[in-house]
Amino acid sequence: MEPLIRVTGRGVPLDRPNVDTDQIIPAAWLKNTTRTGYADGLFEQWRRDPGFVLNRPERAGAKILVSGPNFGCGSSREHAPWALHEWGFRAVIAPGFADIFRNNMPNAGLVPVWCEPAVAAALMAATTADPAAEIDVDVARRTVDCAAAGVRAAPFRLDDDARDRLVAGLTQLEVTLRAADRIAAYERARAPWLDVAV
Amino acid sequence: MTSKTLVDKIWDLHVVEPGASDLIYIDLHLLHEVSSPQAFAGLREAGRAVRRPALAVATSDHDVPTDGRELPPDAGAAEQLRVLAENCRDHDIELHPVGSPGQGIVHVIGPQMGLTRPGTTIVCGDSHTATHGAFGAIAFGIGTSEIEHVLATQTLRARRPQSMAVTVTGELPPGATAKDLALGILAAGGTDAGTGTLIEFRGPAVRALSMEGRMTLCNMAVEMGARSGLVAPDETTFAYLKDRPRAPRGELWDRAVAHWRTLDSDPDAVFDRELVFDAGALAPRVTWGTNPGQSVPVDGVVPDPAALAEPGERAAAERALTYMDLRPGTRMRDIGVDVVFIGSCTNSRIEDLRAAADVLRGRRVADGVRGLVVPGSMLVRRQAEQEGLDRVFTSAGFEWRMPGCSMCVGINGDTVAPGRRCASTSNRNFEGRQGAGARTHLVSPATAAATAVAGRFATPADL
Ligand code: SF4
Repeated sequence: MEPLIRVTGRGVPLDRPNVDTDQIIPAAWLKNTTRTGYADGLFEQWRRDPGFVLNRPERAGAKILVSGPNFGCGSSREHAPWALHEWGFRAVIAPGFADIFRNNMPNAGLVPVWCEPAVAAALMAATTADPAAEIDVDVARRTVDCAAAGVRAAPFRLDDDARDRLVAGLTQLEVTLRAADRIAAYERARAPWLDVAV
Repeated sequence: MTSKTLVDKIWDLHVVEPGASDLIYIDLHLLHEVSSPQAFAGLREAGRAVRRPALAVATSDHDVPTDGRELPPDAGAAEQLRVLAENCRDHDIELHPVGSPGQGIVHVIGPQMGLTRPGTTIVCGDSHTATHGAFGAIAFGIGTSEIEHVLATQTLRARRPQSMAVTVTGELPPGATAKDLALGILAAGGTDAGTGTLIEFRGPAVRALSMEGRMTLCNMAVEMGARSGLVAPDETTFAYLKDRPRAPRGELWDRAVAHWRTLDSDPDAVFDRELVFDAGALAPRVTWGTNPGQSVPVDGVVPDPAALAEPGERAAAERALTYMDLRPGTRMRDIGVDVVFIGSCTNSRIEDLRAAADVLRGRRVADGVRGLVVPGSMLVRRQAEQEGLDRVFTSAGFEWRMPGCSMCVGINGDTVAPGRRCASTSNRNFEGRQGAGARTHLVSPATAAATAVAGRFATPADL
């Protein structure tokens, strides 16, 4: 995985609450057996509207999606963060994420930037007003900056574990494989009635 | 900390390595064809083995055909079914493929086999893994990278969730079901009331639910933004599990039950969040919008977005009404439907089918309405046939289909046409969920059946 220490770039405002994974990538796209090939499916239904924000030329090349509360609710499909990543996003800013989606994001190379509602609102307003406004997400320090929004080193929530992996560019699996001995020790002490194999 | 919540008790017994995010052991890993191929491919690329193949069980459900059993609906589905079979064979994982007697929706077969047990940790690449929480298990959905992680290590790195108690007081009035309860709690709390938490459903009305009802309720915990939901195990749980094919037997059963009896939140346990819901006033409900929190009683009317104070919610409600082609003030009972779908991991178990059949006995679906019953598993299907429910459904004009996710997610060829309206016993009414442009209204099996007969939203009492 590529390390994600900082994400600096323009933002795309998607000013809706409860953006669900069926919108991010419709289920028809789940027929693939690969980790790539999802960019065309990103917000497929909404993109049929030529006025939809992702269709606007001035939004091309943006790295950061700014959205409303409960972003990523719905299914556990990792295809959703894969699609966002493949489109070119590296971070999503929202005043709250659905749990499973937030968990999947770092595994797909995306930073969940969970900030205070007031900060999210300021970033939403600034990116809506000015497509060229730059946002700077400091993953290591867990802060976000945006001069156009008047946001300075605003902290955001990100689990230590997710932060460390993003910054180091490590997958969860690479980290856990180091604990193989502990897993074996745990297994030896496990209650037999728990074992579905018995 | 002396007093613990139920979740804490189970969690603590599964910590392999503590940390900011704990490494926890996974007792049961359920797999299906859609979310697992990339995980197995990752293992293969890295030359890694599956650590505990015997703790994984797979089935095909999401994109299997439900009309006949021969042909997958498209090349993509055919490939996914083939790849799952190949992966399970290569890694020695138990598979219940299409055509086998154990096949069914992954969240229906786990409990019916007795694999789903109190006090365990269960994961699956599917958000409705929450269903298994009904047995007092910590059960939650994971993404594909995490599937690979569990396959390789039988563990998962996860934050201990915050705790939330949803206490359901009173007694469900006649006619109101576990589905109505789930929709009612969602309407009261909202779709992000449970974010970051694992919800423990408790209180007399929850205790009074059957295992099927508890599964319906826990299934929809994830629609509240929660990681999952669970119910402390009790005699109802033990009675359901006893003598299931894969449940512990003999001395192991006794030891298991002794442990299971310790699984409840301590009386003075403190929850991070609490919600109290009175079941006494509950009536059959139906959703009007595009998230499961947007519901009203079947007796009610389409709400007016202008009445919502919060601008984001208001705009979302307006969008939802446009998508659903509904006008504020319309009586739900005046809204006609084109399709009625009885199925999905929320409501496709034997009790659900009995409830629908009770309404349909001696009745017919209204002209122009297409009705489908998709049992949750081959076992449910067989049991229903033994009870003659299939004949009730077919004589009422319903299609009696083979098990799978079907119209819940619409990737197996079973979809609702654009602009058509569906009363569905599934769990998500998102835009396009049942097919592009499809309009979904979530209801209980009894309401679905009554609606099919009336041709518009109705409860059994209306017929
Ligand atoms: S029935 Fe629907 S919600 Fe349940 S597992 Fe299948 S697709 Fe998911």
